Amino acid sequence: MTDTSALTPVNLITGFLGSGKTTLLQRLLRDPALADTAVLINEFGDVGLDHHLLERIDETMVLLQSGCLCCTIRGELSSAIKNLHSKREGGRIPFFRRLAIESTGLADPFPILSTVHADPVLKHHFRLGNVIATVDAVNGEAQIARQQESARQIAIADRLVVTKTDLADADMLERLIPRIRQLNPSAPLWHAPRDPLDAEHLLSQGVFELSERSEMAQHWFASELKGRWQQDGFTHGSSGLGPIKSLRGADDQRASGSGLTCHADNIHAFSLVFDKPLDWTTFGIWLTMLLNRHGNSILRVKGILNVEGSPTPVAVHGVQHLVHPPVHMAAWSDEDRRSRIVFIVDGLDRALVERSLAAFLPR
Amino acid sequence: MCALCGVLGSADHWTDAVARPGVFSRNSDAAERRRERMRRVQSANRVLSFYGLKLRDWQGSAFVLSTVTGKTEIVDHLAHLWVAAEKLIGRACDPLDPALIAELEAKHD
Repeated sequence: MTDTSALTPVNLITGFLGSGKTTLLQRLLRDPALADTAVLINEFGDVGLDHHLLERIDETMVLLQSGCLCCTIRGELSSAIKNLHSKREGGRIPFFRRLAIESTGLADPFPILSTVHADPVLKHHFRLGNVIATVDAVNGEAQIARQQESARQIAIADRLVVTKTDLADADMLERLIPRIRQLNPSAPLWHAPRDPLDAEHLLSQGVFELSERSEMAQHWFASELKGRWQQDGFTHGSSGLGPIKSLRGADDQRASGSGLTCHADNIHAFSLVFDKPLDWTTFGIWLTMLLNRHGNSILRVKGILNVEGSPTPVAVHGVQHLVHPPVHMAAWSDEDRRSRIVFIVDGLDRALVERSLAAFLPR
Repeated sequence: MCALCGVLGSADHWTDAVARPGVFSRNSDAAERRRERMRRVQSANRVLSFYGLKLRDWQGSAFVLSTVTGKTEIVDHLAHLWVAAEKLIGRACDPLDPALIAELEAKHD
């Protein structure tokens, strides 16, 4: 049995090329709270530079070069983390309590997460922490429009940091923020030059702390719960579970007015809300079947469920094909006992997902 | 390792979450584990019948998935179920297939 509190958290810092990942990491590493953080940097190119920019070259910093983590050197990633672990256990490098991975700007974050989550050795020593995505305030809108990777990095993130806001004019930000919110409605968002960056909040308080922090899970749904489904309306499911309310990404309309047409317009978020407790067994069969067939299109799924037979809420959290073990939260944070599931999808039809789940669940 | 290994390469499937602090499990004792397996078989068969497939528990440690003609696959846990089903019938098992949804809705009536 693995005690998750003993596992070393692994944070992934992602974001498109030039969006300020290294600058963010540099800033975070100055925080004394992160003094015992090992850093693993992946650069795409023949000559690695980012580790020099961090101004901290030591044994706990590893550079993976000449390939992108998500496609060509995942074995190298696994080996590099095992090597760090082995050296730490042997006392050959300073003890570290956290590992931060800076990926290339071209990387799809999912295979990196999958490597940490599923590697038969790594999963006994490391656990996934928050994914932080940087978004360039000046170029972000165009990158989202033109680069699939940029949209997916934003959609998968647990924390978002908009960089270079001091260089962007107000119009740019007015277009960019709704676009980001279309891709990821609920991740906390910082404006890097303006906001003080709380390293603790950025890197920790992740899904594994949810059992103690029900308010964190509630935050997932904060933006959806601010009356937005009243704008969007809701449909009534036929499962007999009571109304199933659903919601499209809150900023779809505004975002679509950006004038940029692209594949990323297919990425949107929606929520399903259930009044009655869910049958866990059937929900598991449905979600497993859905992820098996459509995992590549389901960038995020996260939910707070009222499960039959469970007095407290159960949090589920998945990234594409990867689902974290469901977590028993300590208590409901308020009187609202409805199950809420948020999907961030690439091209899937909300109505069909909703109808499918209602058909699977027993009446 | 392929991207699917996040599920398939893992010894623990999320629906089988082992008991540990804070992690959800309904499998706290042997009798309840057995009942949960039966519920899974029943729930899965409601869907699998659409594809002419049937799932059975095997010794409480695995599942056996069969076609009507007797072709059989051993399934360790739910993550393998749909991969095995697709292999047996040679086509996709899609929960968003309108024909499947219509049949499940008809079973509600």
